[in-house]
Amino acid sequence: MDIYIVGQQLVNGLVLGSTYGLIAVGYTMVYGIIGMINFAHGEIYMISAYLTAIFLALASYFGLQSVPVVLLLVLFATVFLTALYGWSVEQIAYRPLRHSNRLAPLISAIGISLILQNYIRISQGARNQGVPPVLDGVWRIPSSAIDQHFIQITYLQSLIVVTALASMALLTWIIHRTALGRACRATQQDRIMANLLGVDTDRIISVVFVMGAAMAAVAGMLVTLNYGSFDFYIGFLMGIKAFTAAVLGGIGSLPGAMLGGVVLGLAESFFAGFVNSDYKDVFAFSLLILFLIFRPSGFLGVPEVEKV
Amino acid sequence: MQRTIQLLLFLAVAVVSFGLAHPLWAVEPIKIGVAGPLSGSDASFGEQFWRGAEQAAADLNAAGGVLGRPLQVIKADDACEPKQASAVASRLVDREKVVAVVGHFCSSSTIPASAIYADAGVLMMTPGSTNPLVTERKLSTVFRMCGRDDQQGVVGADFVVQRLKAERIAVLHDKTTYGQGLANAMMTRLHALGKKEVLFEGLTRGEKDFNALVTKIKSVQADAVYFGGYHSEAGPLVRQMREQGMKAPLISGDGIFSEVLVTAAGGPAYVDGVYMTFGADPRNIPTGRGLVELFRKNGYEPEGYTLYSYATLQAIVAAMKATQSTDGEKLAQWLHNNAVETVMGKKAWDSKGDLQVSDYVMYRWDDKGKYKEVE
Repeated sequence: MDIYIVGQQLVNGLVLGSTYGLIAVGYTMVYGIIGMINFAHGEIYMISAYLTAIFLALASYFGLQSVPVVLLLVLFATVFLTALYGWSVEQIAYRPLRHSNRLAPLISAIGISLILQNYIRISQGARNQGVPPVLDGVWRIPSSAIDQHFIQITYLQSLIVVTALASMALLTWIIHRTALGRACRATQQDRIMANLLGVDTDRIISVVFVMGAAMAAVAGMLVTLNYGSFDFYIGFLMGIKAFTAAVLGGIGSLPGAMLGGVVLGLAESFFAGFVNSDYKDVFAFSLLILFLIFRPSGFLGVPEVEKV
Repeated sequence: MQRTIQLLLFLAVAVVSFGLAHPLWAVEPIKIGVAGPLSGSDASFGEQFWRGAEQAAADLNAAGGVLGRPLQVIKADDACEPKQASAVASRLVDREKVVAVVGHFCSSSTIPASAIYADAGVLMMTPGSTNPLVTERKLSTVFRMCGRDDQQGVVGADFVVQRLKAERIAVLHDKTTYGQGLANAMMTRLHALGKKEVLFEGLTRGEKDFNALVTKIKSVQADAVYFGGYHSEAGPLVRQMREQGMKAPLISGDGIFSEVLVTAAGGPAYVDGVYMTFGADPRNIPTGRGLVELFRKNGYEPEGYTLYSYATLQAIVAAMKATQSTDGEKLAQWLHNNAVETVMGKKAWDSKGDLQVSDYVMYRWDDKGKYKEVE
């Protein structure tokens, strides 16, 4: 087997997995804190793709040339507005149902997901939308390679991996080293007790939704730049894949989400590359089912202890 | 007193607006369904269908309608989903009581929907469904205005082998009825020409990342890639081929015949060297020149299946005029035996409902995001 092809599939899987991981964070954090699967999370990611295109267009309208400046501005604007969406979804669809049974917010999530999808479809049109290439260029290893014998990673692909790692590190730092993070962890461990001790748990839950949406926005922007096109339906498949990643890594675990994403991305790439791409999704979801049966807590999740 | 006046005013407005919407003196219009993907990733094809049929109805009504009644076109969105296609087909038949249907687009939608129209005895003519099965099920009221994939695939395979002189050909599809059918038809011809594909695989609709597959194509050193599918997947696929340094041409069929391919690929630079089969461009047929001008004046480029859809409605109406009837069986009987003058020239159908003459040719995209027929 050609070492360059194995290496290239490794790169493909790593890039794909990083985006899965970034989105999986949103699922895993929300689950960790209120025990609910936020099915509207995929649509939040989809909205961030549209916002990216809008801000890119604005940047070129105002004549901004410098690529790093444009990327940073678009990143901040997209993350901010997407986070606002995440916050609003929580306020509108989940907070009023906080004390009802577990099924109600789940149905509400599916409803919100359909509303967002159709809202974008009607307001933005059902066609494919695209953004112009922003950052061109590749690294090839070895750089002197002729013919096909090289492993390559584009600037954007490396940006995806680096940004994913950096934002994961930032998030981990927030959760483990700040007062806000301590409040998050307290709410996760025991919401009633945290409340008694003066933590505003409702606010903390909002913050978690905002953080999840922000991570999805980072993924949405990078994916949009990398593949160049998107439509109102991209959130569905991406949401399911990211959810699978969250379960693989152990739902509720932050590093688990990233690990699960990378494992899923690598598994998909190697299966498509060396076995058969027809059955790639069959393989990915078989993996999910096997994990649910034999190791429901995933790679890094803690087995659930029945609280008495 | 004031309330009475308010009520009277309200009643007056209600009566007037009701009168405007349903003039009592008008005759009942003849309803014709126009079905296709008006939402979803194939919506640009649905728009082509709708624009063509809507314009045809307007023109025919301006010329006095048919059987002394005006035509009314009813929009139906199947989103290119088989389940929704069956649902809208039932709605068109049971609630709207259409007498004929222009549609559907995706073969996986057309096939289940056509069974419902056939049961109800409603004439259906698709402007753009190319899978052979559409007309191979002995449904006498089913027709098409386009060619078939077993013709399109042959043109594709011949071009790849004889013109591009490709030796190592990878064949991909999107696992849909249309895409896989087209890829299979192309491969059948490839084998008849004594060639064998180096790779035959499917990808998933709705995904954007095909990098793993592209690396695989690269590793088998394919010098041509044939793809059965639609533009929303063909765009990212060709982009990732170019990004990974593959220069092999991508060849596809009518499913990518839309300028949206450029958007899906993320820029005109990526579609350079993409080929596709489609009927001889109807915009170049002399009989359609006036109509093409009219569309352009209204700010719409009548590409792809727009004129096919226009011609489809013309054919249905020609059959109604000749038979003085709206009965599906009678219309079908007539269409099987007679030729029709349409905006795309003279069209005639065989006993299955396929066109007697199909005219697939090859187009090539350039780096400006435009396509032109290959000489």
